Parts: sequence; structure tokens; C-alpha cells
Amino acid sequence: MLITKIKNKEEIIQKLNKKVLVLKCVGCREVHFPEEDIDNLIGELTKSNIEVTDVLVFDYLCNPDFSKAIIEKHKNQIENSQNLLVFSCGVGVQVISSILEEKIVLPGCDTFNIPGFQGLSSQNFNCDLCGECYLNYTGGICPITACSKSLLNGPCGGAKNGKCEVNKEMDCGWEKIYKKLNKFGIIETQNEYIKIRNFLRERVEKTK
Amino acid sequence: MRLSELFKKNKFVITSEIGPPKGWQVEKCIHEAQTYLKDKVDAINVTDNQSSVMRFGSLATCILLKQKGMEPVFQVTCRDRNRIALQSDILSAYAFGIKNLLLLTGDHTILGDHKDAKPVFDLDSVSLIHAVKKLENGEDLAGNKLEGEPPKFCIGAVVSPCSDPIEPQLFKMEKKIKAGAEFFQTQLVFEPEKFVKFMDKVKKNFGNIPVLAGITILKSAGMARYMNENVAGVFVPENLIEELKKDKEKTKSGQTGVEIAANLIKELKPYSHGIHIMPLGWDNKVPEVLKLAGLI
Repeated sequence: MLITKIKNKEEIIQKLNKKVLVLKCVGCREVHFPEEDIDNLIGELTKSNIEVTDVLVFDYLCNPDFSKAIIEKHKNQIENSQNLLVFSCGVGVQVISSILEEKIVLPGCDTFNIPGFQGLSSQNFNCDLCGECYLNYTGGICPITACSKSLLNGPCGGAKNGKCEVNKEMDCGWEKIYKKLNKFGIIETQNEYIKIRNFLRERVEKTK
Repeated sequence: MRLSELFKKNKFVITSEIGPPKGWQVEKCIHEAQTYLKDKVDAINVTDNQSSVMRFGSLATCILLKQKGMEPVFQVTCRDRNRIALQSDILSAYAFGIKNLLLLTGDHTILGDHKDAKPVFDLDSVSLIHAVKKLENGEDLAGNKLEGEPPKFCIGAVVSPCSDPIEPQLFKMEKKIKAGAEFFQTQLVFEPEKFVKFMDKVKKNFGNIPVLAGITILKSAGMARYMNENVAGVFVPENLIEELKKDKEKTKSGQTGVEIAANLIKELKPYSHGIHIMPLGWDNKVPEVLKLAGLI
């Protein structure tokens, strides 16, 4: 069963800066994890003049306590890298991105399915299994699950005092995305795209 | 007539809006538009199941306005239809001579009277503008060629100029302009200083894109307070609420609200390309507001 599929090389490379630290999550490998594809891609990155500072392999990045411990342990490698490229499901990327507020954390995979979840799921983040991970455009905050309308191109006019029109307990996902992108000075790159969700991609891939 | 033709002539554009009823007998609503808005405003928006409350259709109402010699602005939200239905309805509108569109994401279903409905949001305001632009270029969103002559609309969008923070709004506005928006109608404005600052930023970043400032007629202090609590991007300052409280008779008759609206229009006029009056049922007071503001 297809769970994650590696993004194409071009999509990953265009977002990366020179020094990148790679995190691989193999927690759910007993189901399927494209490890070989990932190793090949890491090789390709080096050929494209991107310096891979290190490749760290873990289980269950979706567990926030566990991820915090990992980050603490590898502080130096993280400090030494401009980006983190995370090969995990959408939850893992969001957990790492939320802990490392000051780093650009990019997904290496598109997530299609998490059947019978093997890891410990984070309660704070959700992955909608869209098969087209947008986290590399949105500062590691998922517009599909953090926005009540799953908007892909920016906020609606419905947020009041930073809270969503649907649920006053919920932060406006797009205000968070905006702040994060603005902090990194990369708002303009977001602005170059009109994103339209591809429901066919999700369906076709899942039935394979 | 496309609103873009008026903007080209540097006309100060006045639009208003009507909300279709819950039921099929739409005569009263059309009659009110005819009595209070026709020949006083340049175009009349028709809301699309506004506030996610199920009503008579926006497209059918636009057609009826057109048949009575009025210029409709067809409001289309992404809440209730997927990309196939949206494109189909927009093409249908063109066949009836409807050339002005206002394209919005739309309120969430949970705010309306069918809370258990599926919120669609297959497209959003930006991708819907993009889809209409594609239709204008002779193909649909999937890239299939349209038969015959492509339509040519005047594409409107919305922005909330008094939102805090304002930057995410400007960011989305830029996306809408890049996608093909030709004019903007704004959320209600009660704070002219905020609007002026917003327009400064718009001019600096996007040049002379036409922006029509959103105006309503305040009915009571309670309405103002309710909006302050619940409506995104809207804040009625305390001095206006005090004014509404002062003379109860005047407020009851709507006179205070009319005066406040007219004053706001006068203050905003030098900074905007027009105004959009959302009378929220008080269509009969629109002529008085326009008169008092010196626009008719």
C-alpha cells in the first residue's frame, strides 16, 4: 500500500538553500517507506551543488516529545544547516517545523495514506493525506488542515482577532502561514503560485 | 456594460446590493431595486446565498434585474459548487448579458442555516478568478477549448481594508490581481484613517487598481456592537455608537445611520474609486444616503 511517495527532484531542489540537513523517519517502514528512492535523491542533491550536512534516521517524528529530544541532541547539525529536508508523512514534517520555528523545514514526500497508523500520532497536527504536500510552500504549516476551508492561496476575510470564523478557539491557519513566511522573507515566493487542489492525483495514486 | 468601462472613464462608481429572498417569489426584491437603486447606482450586486443561508439564486436574480434594465454584478462564492458547476454557471450568466462578476471564497457553511451541509471550497477566490480568466482565453480550467467566442467579463474581488493585521489581506489581494481581478469591493469601512492607510499601500504596491469602499447604514447601537463582536475586519468606533445612542427617535427612523453613512462616503471619496453600499434590507434609504453625500 502506498503511504508516502517521494516528491520529484525539481520540486525539492527549487526550495532548498545550499546547506541542508536530511531527516528520515522510518517509523512506519514495516508498511512501506521509499528508502531507496530517498537515498538516490540525496545522491542527486549532492550532484546539484547542494551540501547535505548530515542524514539522520529516526522512528516516529510524529511524536512531539520524541522529536524535541532528537532536535536537542542534534542542535549543532541543525544550527549548521539552512534548511531541513524531512522525509516523513505530513504529520512528521509539521511537528519538526513547529519545534524549529527559526528554520525552513521542507517535506521530501507527498503523503497519501496512513492506514493503521504505526507510530504515535500527534494530537496537535493533522495530515489530510492529499498526496500533494504543500508544506514546502507554507512554512511547514498545512493549509489543508490548519484552515477550515482548506484554502491554498491565502486567508479568507473571515478571521477576527487571529481566530477562525468557524471556531473561535482555532487560530487562523493562514495568518500563521503568513507570519512564518514573512519571518523568513519568502512571502514573494508564495505569491508566484496559484494552487489548485488535484483530487485526481489523490484518487489515482490511492487505488494503485 | 462592464464596470471596467466606467473605471476607464475615471467615473466615481457607485454600486449597491440586494439579497434574494428565502422563497421563489422574488418580485418584491426586484421591485425594491427598481424603486430605490435603478438609475441611482451604476450596478447592483446580487449576493450568493449570503451568510451561507439558502435563498433564491443569485444568477436568476441577476437575469431578472437585467430584464428590467438594471446592471447586475453576479456574486459567486466557492462554498456551494465545485469547479465544474462554477464555470458552467458563469458561462450561463454571460449568455444573459451578465458581464460583471464578484468572485469570493464565501462564508463557511457552519455560519448559515444548513450547518450540516458539505462546504465545497473546491476552488477559492484566487483560483476561481484564474478559472474565469481561462474562460476568457477560450479554454476551461482543465484546458479544453471552448466552442465559439470566449466570454469577456469584468472581474471583481473583495478585500478587507480595516483588518488587523492587514498584511495577509494585501498578500491575498496581490494574488487576486495577478490572477486577473480588475476591481475590488471592500468589507464595511467605519474607520476612514485605516482605509486611507490601506489605500496608500495599495497604490504603492499595485498602482491604480479600482477599489470601491464598502458602506452600510447602521440601524442601531446594538447592530454596531454585534458587528464589533462578530464580523471579521469590521470595527465601529465608540463615537459612532454614541451618536446612534443619542437621539433614539432619529436612530429608529434610520436618520442617524443615513447621516453616518453619508459622512463616511464624503470622507472616503477622495481616496477611493467609488463606493459599494450594502444596505442589508434598508434599500429604501440608499437614495437619501447618496443625496446627502452629494452623489446624486
